[in-house]
Amino acid sequence: MLQEKLQDVFNEPGCSTNQAKSEKERKKGCSKALKPGAAAGGCAYDGAMIALQPIADAAHLVHGPIACLGNSWDNRGTKSSGSQLYRTGFTTDMSELDIIHGGEKKLYKAIKEIVQQYDPPAVFVYQTCVPAMIGDDIEAVCKFAAKKLGKPVIPVMAPGFVGSKNLGNKLAGETLLDHVIGTVEPEVTTPTDICIVGEYNLAGELWLVKPLLDEIGIRILSCISGDGRYNEVAQAHRARLTMVVCSQALVNVGRKMQERWGIPYFEGSFYGVSDMSDTLRTMARMLVERGADKAIIDRTEGVIAREESRVWRRLEPYKPRFDGKRVLLFTGGVKSWSMVTALEGAGLTIVGTSTKKSTKEDKERIKKMKGEEFHQWDDLKPRDIYRMLRDSEADIMMSGGRSQFIALKAKVPWLDLNQERHTPYAGYDGIVNLCEEIDKTLSNPIWRQVRLAAPWDARPDAKPVGA
Amino acid sequence: MGNIQRFPHSAKAASTNPLKMSQPLGAALAFLGVDRCMPLFHGSQGCTAFGLVLLVRHFREAIPLQTTAMDQVSTILGGYENLEQAVRTIHERNAPALIGVATTGVTETKGEDMAGQYSLFRQRNPALAGLKLVFANTPDFSGGFEDGFSAAVTGIVEEVVQPSDKTVKGQINVLAGCHLSPGDVEELRDIIESFGLSPIFLPDLSLSMSGRQPDDFTATSLGGVTVEQIAAMGASEATLVIGEHMRVAAAALELKTDVRSLFFDRLTGLEASDRLVRTLSELSGRPVPAKLRRQRETLVDGMLDGHFFYSRKRIAVALEPDLLYAVTSFLADMGAEVIAAVSPTQTAVLEKLKAATVMVGDHSDVETLARDADLIVSNSHGRQGAARIGVPLHRMGLPMFDRLGAGLKVHVGYRGTRELLFEIGNLFLSREMDHDEHGHAHGHRHGDGHEHGQHCGSGSCGCSAG
Repeated sequence: MLQEKLQDVFNEPGCSTNQAKSEKERKKGCSKALKPGAAAGGCAYDGAMIALQPIADAAHLVHGPIACLGNSWDNRGTKSSGSQLYRTGFTTDMSELDIIHGGEKKLYKAIKEIVQQYDPPAVFVYQTCVPAMIGDDIEAVCKFAAKKLGKPVIPVMAPGFVGSKNLGNKLAGETLLDHVIGTVEPEVTTPTDICIVGEYNLAGELWLVKPLLDEIGIRILSCISGDGRYNEVAQAHRARLTMVVCSQALVNVGRKMQERWGIPYFEGSFYGVSDMSDTLRTMARMLVERGADKAIIDRTEGVIAREESRVWRRLEPYKPRFDGKRVLLFTGGVKSWSMVTALEGAGLTIVGTSTKKSTKEDKERIKKMKGEEFHQWDDLKPRDIYRMLRDSEADIMMSGGRSQFIALKAKVPWLDLNQERHTPYAGYDGIVNLCEEIDKTLSNPIWRQVRLAAPWDARPDAKPVGA
Repeated sequence: MGNIQRFPHSAKAASTNPLKMSQPLGAALAFLGVDRCMPLFHGSQGCTAFGLVLLVRHFREAIPLQTTAMDQVSTILGGYENLEQAVRTIHERNAPALIGVATTGVTETKGEDMAGQYSLFRQRNPALAGLKLVFANTPDFSGGFEDGFSAAVTGIVEEVVQPSDKTVKGQINVLAGCHLSPGDVEELRDIIESFGLSPIFLPDLSLSMSGRQPDDFTATSLGGVTVEQIAAMGASEATLVIGEHMRVAAAALELKTDVRSLFFDRLTGLEASDRLVRTLSELSGRPVPAKLRRQRETLVDGMLDGHFFYSRKRIAVALEPDLLYAVTSFLADMGAEVIAAVSPTQTAVLEKLKAATVMVGDHSDVETLARDADLIVSNSHGRQGAARIGVPLHRMGLPMFDRLGAGLKVHVGYRGTRELLFEIGNLFLSREMDHDEHGHAHGHRHGDGHEHGQHCGSGSCGCSAG
């Protein structure tokens, strides 16, 4: 079962990387083989959890030993405007005896306890490596529990060892397609209902976008899965249009919704001024093509014109402050690119970016825009990043949390672009937030101080404080 | 104090808001206290990623941690190839002084024969004979953080320590349990050195995890006890064993070296600190230094000043077993009532706890047991539950991701005990002042919502406006 699912995901025709591959290559799967002793990053279970946990009113139960949840719960910044149940960590905490006797009974008991105590609209049950190895039939337990308890109990078949985080995202998407989307009918539908896929509302980012959509008259029928509610996700099949935010993660959902329910999808981004405007335009145009009132196009243009002029005006003060400042982007390559134009518009110079997760087309696009001499790294070792920063080849590094200490130990400003951050960067206001954060850290007086030599090895020409 | 209730296990099938962390993570922390070490998890890549993020969030330091990246095929067919490749790759890329391998749920469920894999590796890689390699069995599905820490330290002792004919005067070993923060280890070093003794700490987190500024990038741990120092532990005069969970490692050390062990179940509290200081004075043959005498005096003074605020306070404590023992004992010393002591795992030390209820459980159990408590002492994961029931939380243990300087907190010795006493005492004191304000506020809005936010940690403490 899982093998078939994996093949299916690997064959995803909506994936632009796959399109460039031969059939034989495609069969080998997306993820590069991990190198023992030199690998980093999360596993498939991690990826599945990232994609589904933002469904805030559901219970998320991890079936496995303590490591899978005990070490990882409560570490993501996805926000909910209502239910906080998603922040509760549930696990079967499998012990030696469960492994010998099998964990199915304990799993059923755990589901029952959660339903009785919290009465969530649904329970997601995450399969991890150990129960997969001992052959616990999670799907059967979920089916049985759903029938007995009268609630959707959804098996998420993404044990860690099947692959990377990214693969886990896709398997989570398959789970929604198989068990959730299409199971609930909305009370009301409108011609401007959309479904957003792959937006997790980190630091409340969706809330910087939603007011604009409200103003235009576009309704988010369902967001998969930021600030999500189970029933909204289950109604996604009645959307008129799907926007796939992070195509690397969940394009399979967009494509299959098109296949099954005839809902067209497009890939868009909320990061960066031009990308944001493009996204709004595409949304409005495609909705009109599907029969929505033409007036939304005018309203969209109105909002874009106002927001763009507002955002450039608000970025103006940063220009002189950012003059000559160089940024090193190091994020895996996906999100970073759409921010580049906005950052350059605010006066920053981007000296290079990682392209580890970028597609061929992405790389071409970068080359075309930035010229051949612009640095693109597929795989830059931490030691090399450290040297670059130490040698002042950049004034600030923007990356995910794991590499922050490379910058901080080199005494170079650093800004978090990934899931642990607390500031939203999406939409027009988000770009202003981002520039404010960059300015805040670049202009902090600590940088001069922390680079001073200690008094015991200060050279005679060292400048005194205030000089 | 009422009848002591002891129920060893929660009857629930679902652990809700776990307090427990897995064994390999504990092992990783122990390995990180060895200089130029690379801990390696023998399991799938997520096992490492989660552990890494947790330690990074707590210590705010780069954490070296690698994975054998087990996939479906190697999980079923056996992981030796992955292990060998991982060790060789790490050796080539980072040339560490020690590679500490911890198994995980994946490799333990498969039943990988680690002793066999160790000899096979040695056989097949004669060129790497000089590489120090420690294997620890740390299944995710049994025990917890403390057990993994203990297994790794025991493994290091067995692999690295050498017996010695001669004794180095004044050299003593300290087996430092995981309830000691890097700050605690630093404090302990100060105390021991003030008697003219030279301690070898295993592990020594004070040198690796307390915020280093390296001259160059390093992919392994930076600082900590060196492999050479560990090897020399056989020449010490005595071994101070700190914490119940260090007993196994202590036995291994004694068996190998004949160095006698002196056991300390805790170092927090006046009497506990007195015992340490007396022992060090005897070991060194020196009088107690003036600095420690002054520290003792101020601790006694602090206890007198602070006892008003501690007496009969109802406190729930949820921490790793040895830290749980140290903290509940200290609170009992101060006249507080520990109404509930919750441990993530079952261990012998729970028998000694002075608490009305002792339980192996999770944060949701704390939430139930602490409803009418005056304070909860637990890690940062306790903040959600504490906020829901409106009880202030004092953060201790690991992980502590919503506070700066988590690794540098000190709660051992006279000075550390005094700091803990003031920190918790101040919570009670400010609360009393606060409640006074409410009395005068005559039902108006909360006097100072901000103060309350501080108590409860997350801003919404449940003790809303009256």
